[in-house]
Amino acid sequence: MRLTSRYRFSASHRLDTPTLSPAENRRLYGKCNNPHGHGHNYVLDITVDGPIDETGQVVNREELDKLVRRRVLRRLDHRDLNTEIPELWGRVTTTENLAAMVREALSENWTLPARLASVRIAETARNSFELEVPKQR
Amino acid sequence: MFLTRKAEFSASHVCANPAWTPERNQAVYGNNANPNGHGHNYVLEVTLAGDPDPATGMVFDLRELKEILNREVVDPMDHRFLNREVPPFDRVVPTTENLAVEIWKRIEPQIRRTGVRLHNVRLYETDDLFVDYGGGQ
Repeated sequence: MRLTSRYRFSASHRLDTPTLSPAENRRLYGKCNNPHGHGHNYVLDITVDGPIDETGQVVNREELDKLVRRRVLRRLDHRDLNTEIPELWGRVTTTENLAAMVREALSENWTLPARLASVRIAETARNSFELEVPKQR
Repeated sequence: MFLTRKAEFSASHVCANPAWTPERNQAVYGNNANPNGHGHNYVLEVTLAGDPDPATGMVFDLRELKEILNREVVDPMDHRFLNREVPPFDRVVPTTENLAVEIWKRIEPQIRRTGVRLHNVRLYETDDLFVDYGGGQ
């Protein structure tokens, strides 16, 4: 059984890679390359997978919420992704890279009995990115 | 090919194990343990897998699927207090997980036929929380 819980955070970022010239960055990233940055209301879907326990649940909602709040939302909400999140330094703050960062932040020392199965982030209502978490061998 | 049909029902419930103390129920289920109950607008998405019948061009007769969902889920559960009025939830805690399993049990035998199987039951408790159940465990 899979359970998916949805969270929201708002953050600013700018897409720019040092491997390209300013003109090439503008061409590649368009508006997202605006030097002053811009922001999104990100929507984060966390999916966990496991059997139903004696409480009739896959996971305790409050424990899941606490973990996501502490490791992800408190760190990212109302922040600038380019300057305030050390894990993203040296990486372009695309939602692809952001999803990978969130997956790492959650999967390291994952403390809940249900397995972390997937991290999905919608940057806007039109774009979303999903990373499955491979099953442990 | 996957075919998904949606249905909605609104119901109240209490998530608490009668064998446990109120304190333990509060610790496990939080607000959901309020003995007077509370309600949700549940949204059910049922996904069938199969090949379109060469004669009709359909995986499954949608009118029949609607009738199955109404008969097995919406009619007995809509505007009901699940713990008091919908067995087995007089004995089984009506978490969203257990509700998804019960819905699977009710509809799966009526959907299964040559070339068609029930693939997934997705049940939204709120816009921000849903479970996916594909049978088994």
